[in-house]
Amino acid sequence: MSEVILPTSEVIFTLDGVTVTAQSGQTVMEAAEAVGIYIPRLCHKEGLEPYGSCRVCTVTVNGRPASACTTPVADGIAVESESDQIRAWRRTVIEMLFVEGNHFCMFCEKSGNCELQALGYRMGIVAPRLPYLWPKRPVDASHPDVLIDHNRCILCARCVRTSRDVDGKQAFAFVGRGSRRHLAVNPGSRLCDTKLDVTDAAVDACPVGAILRKRRGFETPIGRRLYDHVPIGTGVEQPVELTIREGSPS
Amino acid sequence: MSATNTSTRVVIEPVTRVEGHGKVTILLDEANRVTQARLHIVEFRGFERFICGRPYWEMPVAVQRLCGICPVSHHLCAAKAIDKIVGVDQLTPTGEKMRRLMHYGQIFQSHSLHFFHLASPDLLFGFDADPAIRNVVGIIQQHRDLAVQAVLMRKYGQEVIKATAGKKVHGTGAIPGGINKNLSTAERDALLADAPQMLAWARSAVEIAKNYTLENLEKVKDFGSFESTSLSIIRDDGAMDLYNGGLRAVDKDGGTIFDHVPNDRYLDYIAEQVKDWSYMKFPFIRSIGPDDGWYRVGPLARLNTCDFIDTPEAEEARREFKSLTNGRPNHMTMAFHWARMIETLHSIEKIIDLLHDRDLQGTDLVARGQRRREGVGIIEAPRGTLFHHYRVDEHDLVTMCNLIVSTTSNNEPMNRSVRRVAEQYISGRPQVTEPMLNAVEVAIRAYDPCLSCATHALGQMPLEIELIGPDGGLIDRGSKG
Repeated sequence: MSEVILPTSEVIFTLDGVTVTAQSGQTVMEAAEAVGIYIPRLCHKEGLEPYGSCRVCTVTVNGRPASACTTPVADGIAVESESDQIRAWRRTVIEMLFVEGNHFCMFCEKSGNCELQALGYRMGIVAPRLPYLWPKRPVDASHPDVLIDHNRCILCARCVRTSRDVDGKQAFAFVGRGSRRHLAVNPGSRLCDTKLDVTDAAVDACPVGAILRKRRGFETPIGRRLYDHVPIGTGVEQPVELTIREGSPS
Repeated sequence: MSATNTSTRVVIEPVTRVEGHGKVTILLDEANRVTQARLHIVEFRGFERFICGRPYWEMPVAVQRLCGICPVSHHLCAAKAIDKIVGVDQLTPTGEKMRRLMHYGQIFQSHSLHFFHLASPDLLFGFDADPAIRNVVGIIQQHRDLAVQAVLMRKYGQEVIKATAGKKVHGTGAIPGGINKNLSTAERDALLADAPQMLAWARSAVEIAKNYTLENLEKVKDFGSFESTSLSIIRDDGAMDLYNGGLRAVDKDGGTIFDHVPNDRYLDYIAEQVKDWSYMKFPFIRSIGPDDGWYRVGPLARLNTCDFIDTPEAEEARREFKSLTNGRPNHMTMAFHWARMIETLHSIEKIIDLLHDRDLQGTDLVARGQRRREGVGIIEAPRGTLFHHYRVDEHDLVTMCNLIVSTTSNNEPMNRSVRRVAEQYISGRPQVTEPMLNAVEVAIRAYDPCLSCATHALGQMPLEIELIGPDGGLIDRGSKG
């Protein structure tokens, strides 16, 4: 059976009260980006199928919360993204991610390039509001070139999906449910037992400092890291206003 | 102060104008004679344990969090140890010179902070001046030029650090085998523009410290003083070298105990003793033993160990310093200040020399070598010799860490100074007064101790003194901060 390509058609909806013209089949996040509006996200990564797990991209569609990365646009829907309520939800999600793991930005080599940290800065999180859980999690350094620090994993599944869908290896998987859910490697219990190679796209998929190339930490000087001078989302937002912020990430 | 039938216990808690949290206890007998005086360090942090299991390349950035005053020293010392882990014995010229520039910036800012902000109120107003003015605010009000100079000198040192490490505090410049950036010409020119003023101020700071010492020689020569061994690293030719060199220890007369000891053999020469009343260990020279093997480190010790200083103005200042003791080691605790300012002058001379060196604009930043399982780094931090020692497993994770921090080496000397001043100022007096207690603090401050570093501990910064009677009863407590 030959592939059927459905014709695209224009869809008109409102985003924070502004009328937006999008293409059918686009998600709310894609349609917003197309008109230069950034919706924060963590589990979403361009080139991967939408996943909708982190809920950082929560918007309301006709008043009901939905993840912007998985919700398709439709004619006449009213999407809200930047209300006080929605910003508070997103901020709380980020705060929960920080306290649920062990995120010590001050000596994490991902600092300055970390999407979780950058979202914290963008959202103005300057101090912890929720109690830390201080989980005890291992570091898997068994692989000769790649390291997993489970203390920093936020369960976004970007490595799982990239290894499976881009690298074709299924080096990573989740095990456990609920609060016991955690990243694991397949088939063995250690990273060195997988077919993961340091050149795999999955190694670069991690938004935080959980999966790292070994022996490369801190090679980029402060001042030249991704988010040293501009907040996350700057590349999407139009017009791009570059402002040098006071101070740099830790 | 509280009294018992037989005894008195004076407590100074917290000791002020030092980096870290500590307290002093002084025991007095029935005649108010000092029977015991101790500096207790009451912080505990445990860095040596909790960095185990972390990847080795994190060490220079993680361990520098020991301190907010001298993180650069820990950053560089850890980096030197990790250089050995990655098999690098010699950095590239750009790598080494960038690290040295960072280090001299650190010495310059830390020494300036201590001399002007922490120590100068005692020197300019007197040990027994009204505490209401004997502080940094008093300096600002009555010696405005010095106060401004102090702030700008510290700022300059921190700008050097920022240009080399990326941030003024807790940067990331040193990486295993080298450095992650060179110095841009714009950064160089900005630092050169202010360098002449810094040099002039450093010269005048030496004069202030020298004149204070000479004009008050009768008072300060015995103040908390005693003869001791001195230890530091030293360059191959005997020059003062704050970044690299073998270990040298000289006895109270300047005789060599050991010399040019390779860094990785430090444990053959130095051991640490634990005592039950302090979280700070007591290092000692093995060949002499724990009772008499203690030694001083820091500016005074470095002036005692080095044969010369390789920058002209600091060398001239060193010669004048040495002439006071006819070339023999100087054991005056208060001479730490003079020695510290000579090093400040040396640091700015070094900074200027380095800024004119084109190697700082080089692009060969990192050297590579054959991986090893163990590495030792030793550096001269502002407060003295600093040791970092790591072992790493086959998966790149740290399995052992040992740190001997400058202030730890000065633990026994500080305790001796405390006891000596207590005997000089408190023993046999009918009443313990605030100026007497401050005299004890003045002796501690001369060492510029960093108590947070010394215990590798987290915590607040102030210090306290206790006065205890023979039966152990607390008689008085002075608490500051």
